[in-house]
Amino acid sequence: MKTKLFSYNQLDTFIHRLSGLTKLLCFILLTSAVMLTYDIRVNIVIMILSMILMRISRIRFSQIKIMLIYVMIFLVTNFILTYLFAPMYGTQIYGTRHDLFVIAGNYVVTKEQLFYQITKFSKYLSVIPLGMIFIFTTNPSEFASSLNAVGVSYRVCTSLSLTLRYFPDVTRDYTTISLAQQARGLEMTSKAKFADRAKSVAGILVPLILTTIDRIDLISNAMDLRGFGKNRKRTWYARRPFKGSDNACIAICILILLVTLYIRFFINGGYFYNPFVQ
Amino acid sequence: MTETVISFKHFGFQYYSQAEPTLHDINLEIHKGEKILIAGPSGSGKSTLGHCMNGLIPFAYRGTMTGTLTVNGLETKSASLFELSQKIGTVLQDSDGQFIGLSVAEDIAFALENDCVPQDEMKVRVKKMAELVDIATHLGNNPHELSGGQKQRVSLAGVMVDDVDILLFDEPLANLDPKTGEVAIELIDEICKLEKTVIIIEHRLEDVLHCPIDRLVLLSDGRIIADDTPDNVLAMNTLVPHGIREPLYVSACRFAGVPITSEIRPASLETLDLSACHDKLQAWYQANAKKESETKKQPLLEASDICFSYDGVRQVLDHVDMTVYEGEMMALVGKNGAGKSTLAKVITGFLKPDAGTVTMNGEDLSRYTISERAEFVGIVLQNPNQMISKAMIYDEIALGLRIRKVPEDEVQKRVEKVMEICGLRPFKSWPISALSYGQKKRVTIASILVLNPKILILDEPTAGQDYRHYSEIMKFLETLNENGQTIILITHDMHLMLEYTERAVVLCDSVKLADQKAYEVLCDNDLSSRANLKETSLFTLAKKAAIEDPLGFVECFIRCEREMR
Repeated sequence: MKTKLFSYNQLDTFIHRLSGLTKLLCFILLTSAVMLTYDIRVNIVIMILSMILMRISRIRFSQIKIMLIYVMIFLVTNFILTYLFAPMYGTQIYGTRHDLFVIAGNYVVTKEQLFYQITKFSKYLSVIPLGMIFIFTTNPSEFASSLNAVGVSYRVCTSLSLTLRYFPDVTRDYTTISLAQQARGLEMTSKAKFADRAKSVAGILVPLILTTIDRIDLISNAMDLRGFGKNRKRTWYARRPFKGSDNACIAICILILLVTLYIRFFINGGYFYNPFVQ
Repeated sequence: MTETVISFKHFGFQYYSQAEPTLHDINLEIHKGEKILIAGPSGSGKSTLGHCMNGLIPFAYRGTMTGTLTVNGLETKSASLFELSQKIGTVLQDSDGQFIGLSVAEDIAFALENDCVPQDEMKVRVKKMAELVDIATHLGNNPHELSGGQKQRVSLAGVMVDDVDILLFDEPLANLDPKTGEVAIELIDEICKLEKTVIIIEHRLEDVLHCPIDRLVLLSDGRIIADDTPDNVLAMNTLVPHGIREPLYVSACRFAGVPITSEIRPASLETLDLSACHDKLQAWYQANAKKESETKKQPLLEASDICFSYDGVRQVLDHVDMTVYEGEMMALVGKNGAGKSTLAKVITGFLKPDAGTVTMNGEDLSRYTISERAEFVGIVLQNPNQMISKAMIYDEIALGLRIRKVPEDEVQKRVEKVMEICGLRPFKSWPISALSYGQKKRVTIASILVLNPKILILDEPTAGQDYRHYSEIMKFLETLNENGQTIILITHDMHLMLEYTERAVVLCDSVKLADQKAYEVLCDNDLSSRANLKETSLFTLAKKAAIEDPLGFVECFIRCEREMR
């Protein structure tokens, strides 16, 4: 079963209609809001918001399943390791100590530690869906055109969207080459020793690079022949003009950021939200 | 006299990287509205000639030019690539590799984008162009999702949108199956009627001649050998000596002793004057017809009741059976997406079938790993660059054995033997980068053969090869086959099927449609069109000449051809 990782899916929803630049800016603004505070209330609000947005953009669960699995593995490992290395960090931050139960020796579970770790967990969970929305709803060419509009060189923008566009082709080449080399005896499974596997990877990379160079050669000729680089500027077929809705979205996100900053400096009085000291 | 749009005068070109000039003393005039075919074997300089016209030479490929070349009165030496690209539009071979946009509309618009055309105007022009080439209903699609013929339309639209007057097609048929190729040639013919000048660079003569052309320019070793109407060039009998295959029906007429003159109009079966050759064809057939005796062969590999699906929804293989007999050379044919490659991958173990078994000499192969299975069935990919990972030929061939920890003295013995068989002995200590495409192909075949597989599968072994290289590769495979190697060829090439394979398995829409003699497939119009092939012109000729058993005529031709090789 082949799932397309990192691929834009063509739908017509409110989110899809927004300019790629808007989505990038909103992503950065909301991520900053989450990163600049350590407040579970902010995280939960943004998490709910991102779930709603995901719903609106009609991203199917099957599309993000594999990504989600990896993310969850990472988060759970992170959760456990954080506890193992610093079981008392929560009490240090919040300055109080409420023991819940003892696991073994020094490993005591405190309310503070639990709260600290859950907040951290919710931080990731609120930001990751936003990233997924950006990847799945942004047409690479349209995104390239909006980057160009804010002053990035169009050569850079075009190569960016071409890279995204060629990603599936190169993946396909990789699979073909890898299978053909395995047939000749290259061992790619975990049975092989690390050194052997490193060698096997080289056996796949050389042909992969060669075929990719062939591709680049062909596409650059095709682009030259159709006048790429003729002028200092270019126009974009996929360009979406900035609309009222784009401005509105950015304004809302700026507002959210300002509110969280207000909470940080005037309500929490610091980076951490501390419910243990009233 | 019509206006001259392209004019070469004593033109020559030499790449900086080469010791010898590629083009010598070219004198050629192309007039407005003409449709010209430039034919020549690989290395004859025909692609170089094309690159000179569209400006890739000297802008992308450096070298020294002598003489003059003007395009619409503009000397190419002093023009820029962009000026030229507005006069000559180039459709490169392999439309897959040249799509820039993510959607059809965007791809068509690329030239306009670079020209800074405002978006509103761009949308109007793209739509108009898409309607012209009949692709307007697919504007939102990803070009890669389209069929081969539709892809051609998109690349054509992308070039024509710039309002060019001259269109250059660089090997437009190279990766197309016969049926799609026919459609592409018809499309080019329609374009030509819009008062465009059309230049086609191609070596598949019979396919291009499907629609009339004005002039045929034959190039060999960088010189123009012939420049005349197709009728006259065919009558000159210079094609075959220069490595270009003439249409099969013309060869058949020659076999029968019909003198090929321009008066009998040999450029197309439709214009061919049959009254001149009817009697001789009949007589030749009567003299040569005989039935070949059938020899019964032992089944070697049996794939039975194979089902496979990539996504669990669409069946790519739907209860397919296939038997491969010991020592045969067979063809696996069918249009793109019919499941040919998937079947090959199931046989080699790259993919696990959802149902069904693959057995060899009665032994189930499913318990072997991919690499163990390679000792039963070896596969050679279409693009040799996808297989080569070592710098030296010897190391590349030895790779499979060395990984299997075969002792070095035995490795040497086996590699040398395979090199001998593959004619690579003289290149023993050469780096692979110094080899030609055909030689690289041999290296990849050798690197698989060294593992002694019982069956060798080749995916499009001759794709993009001219007649000379094609014959070279096929002769080599034939020798292997005569030495007892069982070979399966996955192919679109009708000549190859017809002349080299005994049997063809036709896959269509995930089921097996036929399993019969290769020439029978190509004489069955319905069957061959479902497999995206065409009825062979030999069969059409035989019917036209009222030969009572046209199938027998085709068989007879193939036999005579084989004897002459």
